[in-house]
Amino acid sequence: MERFRCCHSHDFAIEKERYKEEGLETQTSEDQKNVEESISHYFKYFAVRSHAEKESFDLPSLKRDQHLLFLKKGLQHLSNSYECLDASRSWLCYWILHSLELLDEHVSNDEITLISQFLKRCQCSSGGFGGGPGQYAHLATTYAAVNALCILGTEDAFKVINREKLYSFLMRMKNGDGSFRMHEGGEVDVRGAYCAASVARLTNIVTPELFDCTPEWITSCQTYEGGFGGYPGLEAHGGYSFCGLAALVILGHGKLCNVEKLLRWTVNRQMRYEGGFQGRTNKLVDGCYSFWQGGALPLIHMVLAQEHNDNLSSEKWMFDQDALQEYLLLCCQYAGGGLIDKPGKARDYYHTCYCLSGLAIAQHFAGGKIAHLNVLGDPRNELKPTHPVFNIGIEAATHATLYFEKLPVPSSP
Amino acid sequence: MHYRRILLKELKKDLKEELKYITDMILSHPKNYQVWHHRQVIVDWLRDPANELEFTAKILKKDAKNYHCWQYRQWVLREFGLWDQELAYIDTLLKEDLRNNSAWNQRYFVVSNTTGFTEQVVNQEVEYTQEFIKKAPNNESAWNYLKGVLMDFELHKYPGLLDFCQQLYDERYRSPYLIACMIDTYEEMLEQNCGEQREVLEKAVSLCRSLAEEYDTIRSEYWNFLSRILSSKYGSENAVQTSS
Ligand SMILES: [Zn+2]
Repeated sequence: MERFRCCHSHDFAIEKERYKEEGLETQTSEDQKNVEESISHYFKYFAVRSHAEKESFDLPSLKRDQHLLFLKKGLQHLSNSYECLDASRSWLCYWILHSLELLDEHVSNDEITLISQFLKRCQCSSGGFGGGPGQYAHLATTYAAVNALCILGTEDAFKVINREKLYSFLMRMKNGDGSFRMHEGGEVDVRGAYCAASVARLTNIVTPELFDCTPEWITSCQTYEGGFGGYPGLEAHGGYSFCGLAALVILGHGKLCNVEKLLRWTVNRQMRYEGGFQGRTNKLVDGCYSFWQGGALPLIHMVLAQEHNDNLSSEKWMFDQDALQEYLLLCCQYAGGGLIDKPGKARDYYHTCYCLSGLAIAQHFAGGKIAHLNVLGDPRNELKPTHPVFNIGIEAATHATLYFEKLPVPSSP
Repeated sequence: MHYRRILLKELKKDLKEELKYITDMILSHPKNYQVWHHRQVIVDWLRDPANELEFTAKILKKDAKNYHCWQYRQWVLREFGLWDQELAYIDTLLKEDLRNNSAWNQRYFVVSNTTGFTEQVVNQEVEYTQEFIKKAPNNESAWNYLKGVLMDFELHKYPGLLDFCQQLYDERYRSPYLIACMIDTYEEMLEQNCGEQREVLEKAVSLCRSLAEEYDTIRSEYWNFLSRILSSKYGSENAVQTSS
């Protein structure tokens, strides 16, 4: 139990990490203190039990069976033929399939066929994917659908993607300054650049003109704090920060932004008491940032590895991997299955996917050829590693890349 | 929403009516991308931002950190050049909650789009921010803003900055952001070969260690990394011992 911070109750070490309000109560400090209070119950409960039960105490576990039940329920819902009104069923496919692959759960051939056929119906005649059949193409749902198909990983699934049309869709979404619109007539933000770069790289349709000026535009979203905002001028934010950095890495321009400042900002987002990450400075912890912020650290590591190799650790990312696992295991597992933002919140597939993705990042270190496993609690908590750029399984990413590499890059119309 | 806009144009609908509709939509779904973007397009067509600052202020009153709302407000300010009252507005927000990072970010946005960070403006902003830091030295937002304002200046040459930090430190404050600011200042001195190198390096490394081991242990991987970088870059052959 040494590795659980909340069990160091003899010296109350974790209590000194509580928020320092400095005699000045504001909305922010009040919200923060309330969250810490609710989390402290989970920590204390765990510490007391581990102390009382000693040897007979089971190591904290990932409630695998419950999570699988919740995920399977969602999958069934998806493959059912009735039309539901969810605007983003492609997203549901991705969140569920990625969660299942992290849990190393087999998806049957029938299900694979059903889902790839469903995603095929989400593909628009002019390229790209919508949130459901008949919906207009959107960059976010295109990203979700392509990732989902790559996770499915069969040739039939790969063949669903019309690469020529996908390329022309991406070209249509591109703006003169290098940025991307999320959809026809839609908003511009850094998610667009990431979604475009990710699907283009996976399916091997990257051309110089597709991403001309894009790295420079993305870099203009980096703020004085070090993280990226959604658009130049906006506040640094975990989701956008991941998108900005991952897109730069995909495009081979990780160095274009200020990596040192980005690193400082990102590590500062890990909460000293809770162990999880917040999305922005002075905001609250949220399980999904386990991936958006936690996942940025492997990317930063990759970029830095090009310079001061000797100073980088060869077994740890630059955040507290144990503390993050502790938060996810003790505070983010919904009793009936699925994972959540923080205690008291409802479960959903989005948080299930990104809590698990963050957990996988915290468990697996991989720098160059060196891999280091760091599983907290029950050894059976171990998940499959995720690819920090695309956020699909490493195997799925490798397999898809090998498949699409053999196909020619579409030439510009 | 895109198709709704195409219809609006074709049917020559009253855009003022549409603005009322979208106002209600935003009030009930303040965190939806589409509704805010829709409002932006409608206001862009109308070319009338008369109510927009008031409207966004109303939303921010309920949720001072609503990202979509700030994004839209920035568009309105930039598009229609309504900068005049913005710093005053931010000032009231910061007086209500000095930890409101969105307000600090907005301050940076306004200054960089109006006066820019000239020497005189920087002096004012540093002074303004230091007052907030003194009230709550553990407030990261204010420290981040301070460092942002001084981005193009040299920290160690900026009059009184190191003294300001040292004074807080001597008053026994151990805010990680305070210590980090001192480390950054020392790092710059090392870079530019200012001061007694060995002594400066020792100070920087020991501050890193104090963060890693005592004041900011959750980030010990990071502070130890920084310490190793400084030592390997600026340490002589008998380099200062670092914890690794
Ligand atoms: Zn979340």
